[in-house]
Amino acid sequence: MNRRALLPLLFLCTGCAGGSRGTAPPPAPATAQGPAPSPPPPTPQPAARESTSGDRPQYPSTYTRHPYPPVLISNATIMTATGLELPHASILITNGRIVAVGSDIGGVPPDVVRVDGTGRYVTPGIIDVHSHLGVYAAPNTDAESDGNESTGPVMAEVWAEHSFWPQDPQIPLAIAGGVTVIEALPGSADLIGGRSAVLKLVPARTVQAMKFPGARYDLKMACGENPKRVYGRRGQFPSTRMGNMAGYRGAFIQAETYRRRWDKWNQDPKGDPPERNLRLETLAEVLRGDMYALVHCYRADDMAQMLDLAREFGFKFRAFHHAVEAYKIPDLLAAAGTGAVVWSDWYGFKEEAMDGIEQNAALLEQGHVRVALHSDDPGVIQRLNQEAAKAMFAGQRAGIPITRDQALRWITANAAWMIGLDSIVGTLEPGKMADVVVWSGDPFSVYTKAVQVYNDGWLVYDRTDPAHQPRSDFELGQEAPPGNDR
Amino acid sequence: MIPGAIVLAQAIAIVGGTVFPVSGPKLEHATVVIQNGKITAVGTSVSIPAGAVRIDASGAWVTPGLIDGAGAMGLTEIDAVPGTDDAGVRNDTIAAAFNVAEAINPASTLIPITRIAGITTALAVPDSGLIRGQAVLIDLAGPTIETMLVKSPAAMVAELSERTKDEGGGSRAASAARLRRVLDDAREFGRRRPDWSRAQIQPLSAQAADLDALGPVLRGTLPLMIITNRRSDIETALRIAREYRLKLILAGAAEAWQIAPEIASAGVPVLVEPLDNLPSYDALSVRQANAALLAKAGVRLGLLETDTHNSRNLRQEAGNAVAAGLPWDAALRAVTLGPAEIFGVADRYGSLSSGKVANVVVWSGDPFEFGTAVRHVFIRGQEIRLESRQTELLERYRRGAPSY
Repeated sequence: MNRRALLPLLFLCTGCAGGSRGTAPPPAPATAQGPAPSPPPPTPQPAARESTSGDRPQYPSTYTRHPYPPVLISNATIMTATGLELPHASILITNGRIVAVGSDIGGVPPDVVRVDGTGRYVTPGIIDVHSHLGVYAAPNTDAESDGNESTGPVMAEVWAEHSFWPQDPQIPLAIAGGVTVIEALPGSADLIGGRSAVLKLVPARTVQAMKFPGARYDLKMACGENPKRVYGRRGQFPSTRMGNMAGYRGAFIQAETYRRRWDKWNQDPKGDPPERNLRLETLAEVLRGDMYALVHCYRADDMAQMLDLAREFGFKFRAFHHAVEAYKIPDLLAAAGTGAVVWSDWYGFKEEAMDGIEQNAALLEQGHVRVALHSDDPGVIQRLNQEAAKAMFAGQRAGIPITRDQALRWITANAAWMIGLDSIVGTLEPGKMADVVVWSGDPFSVYTKAVQVYNDGWLVYDRTDPAHQPRSDFELGQEAPPGNDR
Repeated sequence: MIPGAIVLAQAIAIVGGTVFPVSGPKLEHATVVIQNGKITAVGTSVSIPAGAVRIDASGAWVTPGLIDGAGAMGLTEIDAVPGTDDAGVRNDTIAAAFNVAEAINPASTLIPITRIAGITTALAVPDSGLIRGQAVLIDLAGPTIETMLVKSPAAMVAELSERTKDEGGGSRAASAARLRRVLDDAREFGRRRPDWSRAQIQPLSAQAADLDALGPVLRGTLPLMIITNRRSDIETALRIAREYRLKLILAGAAEAWQIAPEIASAGVPVLVEPLDNLPSYDALSVRQANAALLAKAGVRLGLLETDTHNSRNLRQEAGNAVAAGLPWDAALRAVTLGPAEIFGVADRYGSLSSGKVANVVVWSGDPFEFGTAVRHVFIRGQEIRLESRQTELLERYRRGAPSY
């Protein structure tokens, strides 16, 4: 019991951040039921230009789809996250793509693996856009504590992927919970904590082999108590909320100058290029709208300040993360087009989290704000379906008419939107990447477990088959818990 | 009276529900009668006292109020605000004389948040030291500490872990030895108090008050609850309990599943947190099936939610324990009668039967399911208004900007 009791301390130093993104991705292609004419293989899109300040490819993804035969899951209840919950339906996966969803699927390849979905539910893979897996890895020693640079309040130059440890034993646990994509983030000690890493949650030797091809980077920022506490205690800047604001503004003012200089040179590249500055390079990308930005923010009034900050510098926050008080300002968030990423029931671990309520997500949905649920926690990430259930039922009990599809979108399609990948993942539609979870029953029941997890068409976890229960290197040589209940 | 309670002088009859007495098989269409804070009748053919307030529970489930055997309820308000935290004595690692009772804040906003989710009783646990001090069992309603206390002390709390090994100088063997030395000295102190008063005794390894407080532990009248997770630490705890003939409770016990038969044969009860499955060097082989495997071996079991703010998620812990193999009935028992037995209050708490304290919850369905609503909560026979700081926030903001 002392082990989890330590967690609040972790929140204090790692907290979380929310992010915002510049421009929304193109809408997901409308999908019809039935077989789609041989969809193109899931060609990773070329990575967005990571920096206009340099012409070298930067830390490219080496992710490749793991080969796996076509799969037909039949007679299941299929929750598409597009408004449909189809009983006794089937889904066909081929070459990492969803080919068809519906009750009458033809054109099934001869080598298809047939999965009896009787009594099962099928959903899109779960997406957690606020994870510290890999950067605060188990066994949670100082040696794996790589999530907060916190040697200065503006650390835009650090990238979460450079801290990420692919052998974090928490990764297989999250996979077994149905998670297929994560956004790994720096912590929230700093005003500006660094770049996120959007990853396919698959066992891999390197983080490069997990990087979601084409995914944008996201700038992690943090407002409120964490930065001012971390630096204030050292007698350093910032030590107040107004100091926090001055810190962001100072950084973006520098970035504006840097961006102008580089944009000018890029237009007319004569003479030596301006000197590169990693910190400003990242901030300039946010100003250009080529990178998203998200900010960890609890209090409603803090969020309102951050919206003004974004207005001052002409960018947009894609989302507030944690957003414990977002339910107080759905009108401001909806008007700004900024999403809210929240927990189901966390509150009280610090003063700015005192006003958390279980109906936060439901009230935001009612207020037409794009909502997702995040974990920020290696335990909660294993049960995001349960988080969605808690938040949905809390809303329904309060008379807020949240649908099952809306609740599912909180951990799938809406989460995909937060990282700009909603045209590629987050729903079960022909043409989408085959991130698919088969559940033992209704995913909103406490008794339900993920029984199969497909990531890009690869059976990455099977509750009934030890051959598909990945273990990290870290776990080898230890007393192996027999079975699948780790 | 209890703030937030609906005062009812007359008898209450909860009628027509599916009643889970826990001490016996479930009863369909049964009635629970409450009078003067006690349950006076439970059954399918009980007579309802004249003038009783009837509560229709048809289609609903009726259980004892749930008991969380962990946390710091009433001892903390905001984790990051030290001024609101009264759970531990930081400068004294042998704090046996420290009893948390007087630090409990009956006005804590966490209490209503928790009880309206059906958790009616919790153990308030001191949180630091090799011997942390005395935990107390409290009902989550009442204007004063006195009216909340169920049992004080309910357990002496110690810890054997990575965290406390430094209390012996840096080695687990040394911290265990220190614990033994303190127990030896407590025994010596108990036998030779007059010598101690005349200063005719060798220097003792702890304050007299702490040694004195360990007397009931050595006599076996107060359980020693050891928080420990690594298998070898659990075995150390069992060894010490054997040596001193202590009444041991294991808490945390992440790797207990590995030696479940040994724990069962020692007759030692275990408190576990089912969702605790993240490996650390203090417990590498932690797994969600811990509770199920312990129960299967015949170990007496209580379940925990150690996050005080979300003590309400004890229900989620129990549901997940079921998903990991614990039979449903055993899970219900492990959040009601199980902990009541472990803390020695089963004569008053943890079951629905005549004479028991009327901590009763009426649920719309399975208490462990997310879709279940709490319809009524009774603590000591008084119905609790289903209101908290959080329901007030909801009402203030649900229709847009408030007028304050």
